[in-house]
Amino acid sequence: MRFRTSIISSFALCAFVLAAHAQETNEVELLKQQLRQVLQVQEEQRQKIEALTKQLDEMTKKQSAEAERKKLEQQLAAELQTNAPASTPAPATSAPWSPSQPMTVARAGSAYMNISFDTLMDVGGSTAHDPSAQLELGDHDPIKRGFSLRNAEIAVDGAVDPYFKGFGNIVLKLDKNNETEIELEEAYLQTTSLPGNLQVKGGQFFAAFGRQNPQHPHQWAFVDDPLILTRAFGPEGLRSVGAQASWLVPTPFYTEAFLGVLDGQGGTAFSFRNPGQPDALGVDRFHGRATMDNILRGPGDLVYVPRLASSFDLTDQQTVVAGVSAAFGPNETGTHKHTQVYGTDLYWKWKPANAHEGFPFVSWQTEGLYEIFDAGADAGAGLPAETLRDWGFYSQVLWGFKPRWVAGLRGEWVDGNHGLFDSQDVFRGQRTRISPDLTFYPSEFSKIRLQYNFDQGEFIGTQHSIWLQVEFLLGAHGAHKF
Amino acid sequence: MKKVSLIILALIALAATSQAKLNVVATTPDLGSIAREIGGDKIDLTVLAKPTEDPHFVDAKPSFIVKLNHADVLVEGGAELEIGWLPALLDQSRNEKLAAGAPGHVACSQGIQLLEVPSTLDRSKGDVHAAGNPHYTPDPVNAKIVAQNIANAFCALDPRSGDIFRANLKRFTDAIDAKLVEWQKTLAPFKGQHVVAYHNSWLYFGDRFGLQIDLFLEPKPGIPPTPAHLAEVIMKMKADNTHVIIVDPYLNRKTAETVARNTDATVLDVSQFPGGVKGTEGGYIPLIDYTVNALARALGEKK
Repeated sequence: MRFRTSIISSFALCAFVLAAHAQETNEVELLKQQLRQVLQVQEEQRQKIEALTKQLDEMTKKQSAEAERKKLEQQLAAELQTNAPASTPAPATSAPWSPSQPMTVARAGSAYMNISFDTLMDVGGSTAHDPSAQLELGDHDPIKRGFSLRNAEIAVDGAVDPYFKGFGNIVLKLDKNNETEIELEEAYLQTTSLPGNLQVKGGQFFAAFGRQNPQHPHQWAFVDDPLILTRAFGPEGLRSVGAQASWLVPTPFYTEAFLGVLDGQGGTAFSFRNPGQPDALGVDRFHGRATMDNILRGPGDLVYVPRLASSFDLTDQQTVVAGVSAAFGPNETGTHKHTQVYGTDLYWKWKPANAHEGFPFVSWQTEGLYEIFDAGADAGAGLPAETLRDWGFYSQVLWGFKPRWVAGLRGEWVDGNHGLFDSQDVFRGQRTRISPDLTFYPSEFSKIRLQYNFDQGEFIGTQHSIWLQVEFLLGAHGAHKF
Repeated sequence: MKKVSLIILALIALAATSQAKLNVVATTPDLGSIAREIGGDKIDLTVLAKPTEDPHFVDAKPSFIVKLNHADVLVEGGAELEIGWLPALLDQSRNEKLAAGAPGHVACSQGIQLLEVPSTLDRSKGDVHAAGNPHYTPDPVNAKIVAQNIANAFCALDPRSGDIFRANLKRFTDAIDAKLVEWQKTLAPFKGQHVVAYHNSWLYFGDRFGLQIDLFLEPKPGIPPTPAHLAEVIMKMKADNTHVIIVDPYLNRKTAETVARNTDATVLDVSQFPGGVKGTEGGYIPLIDYTVNALARALGEKK
C-alpha cells in the first residue's frame, strides 16, 4: 500500500516536476521568441537607419555634386571670359565659319534637288515717318517703323540632267498692309558641259554686275541695299529674262569674262526699259518724264552686261577679287534714249590658316558706280532733254572678331549732276550714309543683326534709323561662291 | 645642228612626260597624301585645304576654280565633309572630267561603312552630316580602301602607269598592314579608356584602336562649348578617370586647357591631316604613327 502510495506520489511528483519543467521550458521559449522579435525589430530598424543614412549620404553627395557642377560652371564661365593665360602654345582660337557668306551650307542627301526656305524679318524705327519713302529704297529693306518681313525665299537647285543645272528663287514678302506679294526672282538653267571653258545660262537671273547685285539678301552683310546700287538698278537689283555666257579665261590666275544679254523691260531693269511709276493721273513716269512703251525694235534694244573679274591669292591667308562691269541699253524716256552704267568692285579677305569654322576673319568690300542716263524731253511736265549723271560708292569692312560674331562698318556716298526734277526724285541728289552693325550667328542657319544708320542728304536732311534683323534658314541650301 | 635637234628632242620628250602626268586635285591633305603614295611622281598634286584648316569651312577661293579647271582627277571625301565649299567650285570649274560619276571624280568613301548615319535629319541636334560621320580617314583600314579607290581611278585614267600605281598601292597597303599590328600593340594597354575630343571627328580611330573617344567639348556638332556643358564634361571625366583631351589645330585650345586645368588632364595636339601638327609632315603613315604614340604616351603618363 505504502509502496503504491509512494509510487503514486512519486508519479505525482514527477508529473508536477515535469509539468513545472514544461512550464519553465515554455517560458524560456517565450522569452527567446520575444528576444528574437526584439532583435528582429532592432535589425529592421538598423537596416532602416542604414538605408536612410545611405539615402542621406547620396543626397548630400548629389547636392555637393550639383553644387560642384554649379561652381565649376561659374568658374569656367569666368575662366573662358578672361583671357586665361594659355599655358602652352595655343594655336587656334575661335569658331564659326566665314564672312560674306554666312550661309555656306547645303545638304543634298538623296533628293533630286536642294530645297530651302529662308526668311529675313526686321524690326526697328527711324526718325523718318515713312522709312521706305526716301531712306530705304531697296525692295528687301525694312519698309516701315516696327515690324516688316520683306524676304521669305524658297530656293531650289539641282542637276537637271548631265547637261544642265537648274536654279529657282521664289520670294514672298509682306507689303505695308501685310498683304503677300510674290515674285519669281530667279529661274534659270546653266550648262555644265560646254567645251572651251564656256558656261551659258538662260532664264530670269540677276545680272553679273559687280559683287552684290547677283547676291541674295541673306548673303548681305547689312540689312539694306547699298544706295548706289538702288540708284542705278532700282529697288530690286538688275535682273531680267535673258541669257549669259561666261568664259573662264586660260590665265594662270582666275579670270572670268561674262556677257549678259537681257530683255531689260520693266522695273527689274530699272534704268532701262522701265515704264516707271504711275502719277496721280495714271501716267507712267520715270525721272519725271512720261515714258514711252517702246517695243523691241531689234537686238540694239536689249540690255548688254559685260564683266571681267580676276582673283589672286596674295598670301596663303589673303585673297582678293577685283572686277569691272558695265550695262548698256535703251530707256523709255524717249524713242532713242540710252543708259550706260559702269562699275568697279573689289573684295579682299583675310583668314588665318587655323581658323575654326571660318573665324576670325577680316574682309573689305567696295563698289563704285557711274551712270549716264540720257533723259528725253517731256514738254507737258516742263522737262527738257538732259543727261543725268549719277555716281557713288560704298565701302564696307567686316570683322569676325570671335566665334559667331561679326562687326561691320559701311560708309556710302552718292551724288549726281543737277537735274530739273531732282527735288521730287528720291533716286537723285547727294546722300551720305554711315552704318555700323553687329551680327550674331547662333548657327550657320540663323542670325540676329543690329544696325544703325546715320543718313544725311540734300533732300532728306539728317535721319537716324535702327534696325534689328532676324533670319532663319530651313532645308538644304546650295553652297555659295567666294 | 645635231645638238639643237637633240635639245629639241629632249624638250619634246620632257613635254611628253610632263603631259603624261595626271593632274590631281585633292580636297583635304589626308586624301592628298594617300594620292601621293599611289601616284608617286606620275602625278602632279594640288591640295585645296590647308592641313591646319577646318575642313568643313574652307573658302571657295576663285584660284581653286582654276586648279579644278586644269585637273584630270578630283579626289574628294564623298561624305559631304566638303559640301559647304566644293559644289560651288565644281559648278564654276567647267570641267566635265570631274563631274559626279565621271572616272575623274573619286569619291573616297566608296566602300567604307560610314558610321552615325542619322535616322532623321534634325538640326536641333546641331549640324549633323546627313551621310554619316565623314571623318573616316584616321582609321588605317579605311585608308586602305581610300588608296584602293584612288588607285582604281589612276589606273583607269593612265593605264600606261598602271603597274606603277598597283605596285605603289601594294606597298602602301603592306606598310599599313605591318604598322597596324604595331599600332594596335602600342594602344592595347589602354583598351576601353575614355579620351575627350572637341568635335566628334575621332570616332573611326577610336573604334579601330579600342579607345572610347565619345566625350566632346562642344555640346552638339557645330555648337560652341558652354560652361554648363563643360562642367558636365569635367564631372564625367572625373567619374571615368579620363585624363587626355585631344584637340585639332583649328579648334579652340583654350577651352581644352580650361577643362584640363580642372581635371589635371593632358591636352594633346592631334590632326587628321599630315602637317597639321609638327612631326606629321611626312604623310599618312607618319601621321598615324605620331597620333598613336602621342596618345599612348599621354594615356600612359597618368595611369
